[in-house]
Amino acid sequence: MTAATAAPTAVETPTMTGSQVVLQALVEQGVEVIFGYPGGAVLPIYDAIFQQDRIRHILVRHEQAAVHAAEGYARSTGKVGCVLVTSGPGATNTVTGLTDALMDSVPVVCLTGQVPTHMIGNDAFQEADTVGITRPCTKHNYLVTDPANLARSIHEAFHVARSGRPGPVVVDLPKDILMKPAPYLAKDAVRHRTYHPPREPEMRRIEEAVDLMARAERPIFYVGGGVINAGPKACAILTELVRETGYPITLTLMGLGAYPASDAQFIGMLGMHGTYEANMAMHDCDVMINIGARFDDRVTGRLDGFSPQSKKIHVDIDPSSINKNVAVDVPVIGDAERTLEALLAAWRRRGNTVATGRTKSWWGQIQEWQTKKSLRFRQGKDVIKPQYAIQRLYELTRERDVYITTEVGQHQMWAAQHFHFDKPMHWMTSGGLGTMGYGFPAAMGVQVAHPEALVIDIAGEASWLMNMQEMSTCIQYRLPVKSFILNNSYMGMVRQWQDFFHGNRHAESYMDSLPDFVKLAEAFGAVGLRATKPSEVDDVIKEMIKVEKTVIVDMVVDRTENVYPMIPGGAAHNEIKLSPEEDGPHEAISEEGMVLV
Amino acid sequence: MAQPVPQSSQALFSDAEQAAEERHTIVVLVDNEPGVLARVIGLFSGRGYNIDSLTVAEIDAARALSRINIVTTGTPLVIEQIKNLLAKLVPVHSVQDLTVEGPHIERELSLVKVIGDRERLVAALRIADFMHARLVDSTPESFVFEMTGTSEEIDSFIHLLEPVEVSRAGVVAISRGRLLLKEREQAPEP
Ligand SMILES: Cc1ncc(C[n+]2csc(CCOP(=O)(O)OP(=O)(O)O)c2C)c(N)n1
Ligand SMILES: [Mg+2]
Repeated sequence: MTAATAAPTAVETPTMTGSQVVLQALVEQGVEVIFGYPGGAVLPIYDAIFQQDRIRHILVRHEQAAVHAAEGYARSTGKVGCVLVTSGPGATNTVTGLTDALMDSVPVVCLTGQVPTHMIGNDAFQEADTVGITRPCTKHNYLVTDPANLARSIHEAFHVARSGRPGPVVVDLPKDILMKPAPYLAKDAVRHRTYHPPREPEMRRIEEAVDLMARAERPIFYVGGGVINAGPKACAILTELVRETGYPITLTLMGLGAYPASDAQFIGMLGMHGTYEANMAMHDCDVMINIGARFDDRVTGRLDGFSPQSKKIHVDIDPSSINKNVAVDVPVIGDAERTLEALLAAWRRRGNTVATGRTKSWWGQIQEWQTKKSLRFRQGKDVIKPQYAIQRLYELTRERDVYITTEVGQHQMWAAQHFHFDKPMHWMTSGGLGTMGYGFPAAMGVQVAHPEALVIDIAGEASWLMNMQEMSTCIQYRLPVKSFILNNSYMGMVRQWQDFFHGNRHAESYMDSLPDFVKLAEAFGAVGLRATKPSEVDDVIKEMIKVEKTVIVDMVVDRTENVYPMIPGGAAHNEIKLSPEEDGPHEAISEEGMVLV
Repeated sequence: MAQPVPQSSQALFSDAEQAAEERHTIVVLVDNEPGVLARVIGLFSGRGYNIDSLTVAEIDAARALSRINIVTTGTPLVIEQIKNLLAKLVPVHSVQDLTVEGPHIERELSLVKVIGDRERLVAALRIADFMHARLVDSTPESFVFEMTGTSEEIDSFIHLLEPVEVSRAGVVAISRGRLLLKEREQAPEP
């Protein structure tokens, strides 16, 4: 709970109720929108919301969706997303969203109602041990048991959510605390007692890093979501640094958009379904410059085969991310923006310029790998290839302000491979937790933040069904979110693993009894569109863009297509598999590889 | 897609040789607030790290500060990870690894009970004397001894005494000399 230094000095009797204090604190924290769902324990806050007009409330249809919407809002704006739910089931329904936000470092403050303080622990109606349940899935949480601590707790929650490595924070609010008079404490009067993560990198480390960079013959930038979290300025400095070095750069799934995909130095995403050239370059490099990525197992593959010859620089704001999976040579703890600034300054101070000679043969090697065209696919006349649908979606929306979210599965990987991002904060996907059902509510949150933008959830039919109730929310608030469903009638990613690792036995991965998505859209009062042939793809996409309404596109795609390239579990980067036409049939996977996820 | 149980913080794909495990004594200064111990314990249980001993008590009531002493074993990577994760917890002021930072003193308090006839009790008293344990309770058939010392000393006392019941407080530790456990430096608000 809240540390009680500098206890509020307010001697006069407070004139606000707890609920009003909550709202005032949110306003002061810059909250414009709350995604929420009411219930008994939070009715006092809803009453206060009703009587003001500074904060807008979006009524979702499931509390999980409220958190994902807040995540979409946060990731597309750089602000803290805000959620309000009731006690008990309202709070427990947020757990998946909170875990998702924790894994992907998304700043979210989630206010949960709680039974009155005197009933806590009595198994009261709709009581749940919310701080207990959410302790491992939040960055921090609070249970407010004294009105005097209310304002402080909310301000601290925002501070913790957005500082250092961002993440979700829960503030549990017993109903009596919301109804009692409570003193208001302004944001500036609150200073957190302990939590002030450092932002400035150590200069000694910067010099060591630049030393390594300047001598590299086979360098690579490996950049992740940390740079996006650090903000557009960090991405701009990254772009300058990468250009001034002339080195190749690969991005993680979370990092897409941190560096322009259309630039020649970008060699594609890396990892399990990354490009051949990115993974090979990671394997063979001599200096790896990791900025804001965390050596996730989806990226490293088998650890003892991971980039065996390289010296590794790792920039991260979170010391616990450093030396966790991979031992590094130059750890740099700091905010990505400040660190990139320092790296760029040190690089220039030493008069370093584009290293044409030193890295010439390295680039030659990369270009040779690029000739594999590892993302290629063949679009025939009859069946729509999912990659083609995404490629067309990209081409036809290039000129617009477009935000993409995804669900989880094959379509997510194809979206990462075939939709290209030149700007940060336009790509929102559940990377760490891999939450099916994330994309649609996240898109809703993005659309709330950017009413004029084109917001598209590239979805799989199975994932989309997990939060489809949010259609109703979209209609209520006239959110023209586009659900672009790549309908392969399978949990495609599950089917792919069953094909590769479980003898083609498709246990429970076929999506039987799917709804008619066009009629479903209509039932909600939205627009439904369908394409079943390659020749229809463009028209459907154009129509989807044209109608200023909520749209579901049922893109009926090849059921048998698999995601390539693929580094199977238990393999190293240079054991990457290309699509079968070129690489021959796949050998059976090792027992050891099979137990991996 | 079942989740295999990771043996340690090593990622799932690692089949590299595990480095040898080390025992470390770590002290943590925290805000004395509800849930803080649960956060510390959850960090260990959630990631499969070992807690060999854990003690906690308030040490500064005016400022609501508690001190936690943790003895843990793990590979050097795991120990580093534990310290970083502890430091990351919001109510934590500072983390100190006494094992790394230099000479320190560790003590543990134990209460042990012996039951038996006169002969047995006399023998126990002799061992206790020799080990500098204190007799704190006696009846015609039983003794309770209090013994303070390093964990190893208590281990051998128990080994010699073969008591019927043992209660141990866990390790408390402090550095030797002038080295102090610092509170977290107050960085300026960004
Ligand atoms: C909530 C949740 N449950 C289960 C999974 C495991 N899983 C990963 S991908 C996938 C199938 C997704 O199917 P679909 O949305 O149709 O996408 P596709 O792979 O077919 O493109 C499943 C079940 C998950 N990631 N999230
Ligand atoms: Mg599918």
